[in-house]
Amino acid sequence: MMQVLASLLLVFGGLFSLLGAVGILRMPDIFTRLQAATKTGTLGVGFVMVAVCVHFQDLGVSVRSLLVIAFLFLTAPIAGHVIARAAYFVSTPLWNKTALDELKHAIASDSKDAPAQPAAPAPDDDDASSRPMRDEPAV
Amino acid sequence: MPDIILSWSLIATGAMFIIAIFMVTLRLLRGPSLADRVVALDLIGTLAAGAVGVYAIAKNEPIYIFVSIVLALVLFVGTVAFAYHLEKGGER
Repeated sequence: MMQVLASLLLVFGGLFSLLGAVGILRMPDIFTRLQAATKTGTLGVGFVMVAVCVHFQDLGVSVRSLLVIAFLFLTAPIAGHVIARAAYFVSTPLWNKTALDELKHAIASDSKDAPAQPAAPAPDDDDASSRPMRDEPAV
Repeated sequence: MPDIILSWSLIATGAMFIIAIFMVTLRLLRGPSLADRVVALDLIGTLAAGAVGVYAIAKNEPIYIFVSIVLALVLFVGTVAFAYHLEKGGER
C-alpha cells in the first residue's frame, strides 16, 4: 500500500516538474517564466521528497527530506523575488501584452515628490560643509 | 504487484525529470537576457535535487538525500549572488 502511495507521489512530482519546464520554455516574458519556474519546481521536488518520506519510513530520513522541503519553500520565493527585482531594474523588456505595471507608477510618483524636498536643503548643506573647512586651518 | 508499480513509476518519473532538465537547458542556451539564464539554472538545480531523490528511492539508499540538501542550499546562494551582480551593474 505504501509503495503504491509512494509511486503516486513520485509521478505527481514528475508531472509538476515537467509542467514547470514547459512553462519556462513557452512563457513569453522573464517574469512569467519566473512565475512558472519557482512554483512548479518547488512543488514537484516537494512531492518527490514526500515520496522519499513514505518509501523509507525512517525518522532520520524523513527529517532530512522534510528539511529539503522546508528549505526549498523558504528560499525559492526569496530567490524569485530577488531575481525579478534585479531583472526589472536593469530594464529587461516586459511582454508587449503586459496590462499593468504598478511598480513603474510607484517609481514615477516617488521621483515626482523627491526633487522638491532635497533641492531646498542642498545649498544649506553645501555651506555648512564648506564653512568648517575654511575655519579649521585658522583654529 | 506493488513492486512492479513502484519500479515503473520510478522509470516514468526519471524520464520526466530528464525531459524537464533537457527543456530547461534549451532555455538556458537560448535565453535572451542573463536573468533568463539565471532562472533556468536555478530550476535545473532544483530539478536535480528532485532527481537525486528519485535515485535514492530507486537504489534504496537514503544517504543520497544529503546531496539534495546541499544542492538546495548552494543554489540559493548562487541565485542571490547573480541577482546582486545584476543590480550592481555587472556585465550582462
